[in-house]
Amino acid sequence: MFSRILTSGLFAGAAAGLITALLQLYFVQPVLLHAELYEGGELVHFGADPVTAHPDLPGMFAEPVRDGLSIIFTMLTYTGYALVMAALMSVAERQGHEINARTGLMWGLAGFITFHFAPGLSLAPEVPGVAAADVGVRQVWWTITVASAGVAMWLIAFGGNLVSHLIAALLLMAPHIVGAPEPESFSGPVPTEIGALFAARAFGVGMAAWVLLGSFAGYFWQAEGKRAEAAA
Amino acid sequence: MTTKTLKASAAGTSVLPALFAVVLGFGIITLTGHVQASALHDAAHDVRHATGFPCH
Repeated sequence: MFSRILTSGLFAGAAAGLITALLQLYFVQPVLLHAELYEGGELVHFGADPVTAHPDLPGMFAEPVRDGLSIIFTMLTYTGYALVMAALMSVAERQGHEINARTGLMWGLAGFITFHFAPGLSLAPEVPGVAAADVGVRQVWWTITVASAGVAMWLIAFGGNLVSHLIAALLLMAPHIVGAPEPESFSGPVPTEIGALFAARAFGVGMAAWVLLGSFAGYFWQAEGKRAEAAA
Repeated sequence: MTTKTLKASAAGTSVLPALFAVVLGFGIITLTGHVQASALHDAAHDVRHATGFPCH
């Protein structure tokens, strides 16, 4: 059982992570590099003179070590997600739920909501150089929000009655009603256009990434099961 | 009798692999997403921003 979880998790995580890393480098990284020009003071917004919206930015792999590390860490992160997902898939399958590449799409969406969208709804994906509350406090809020959203997604998918749906709705809303840690004051030098584009791109690529991850995990879970059956 | 015993032990042990995989998965996520040690932070910096982890 463990080798089936491990194999499907590793394959799905590595494959989805690699595709995600390339998507992030192409769609998200230029926005981040643009923001860093403001963070470092090379460009200054809110002055008397207009600033070009199209500065020269280094292209993909212009900094090979930096982008290479990003690829490795994206693959690692998504492998972590995939291991958690494959483990939960094993539990769901034992309860009689079908796991394959198609149902994996739903698992992916649920994962996206749990790990990315739920915390991001109040702690929007941030570019460098924006004001934010203390990182430790935000990490605690992030962790609690992810945990409660994860339980909520499970209840919605497998709870099967009205009460479980109501509890799920409460779990999804509660962290946002309590509120995420916010900065005392706004001091970020980055234009709002860049911040908004970054959040939108991060969510968009994140959703694509998770749908791929869920489908891959479902596919490898089923394939590994068939292989083990054939070998037995 | 034998089948029953086998089934019971299979059900008992099959939770442990899942649990271990979940712990391993969250361990990796914590390392890549949350640990603030500067070498890790710098290497994972762009990924943390793009993946929606609190970074700075």
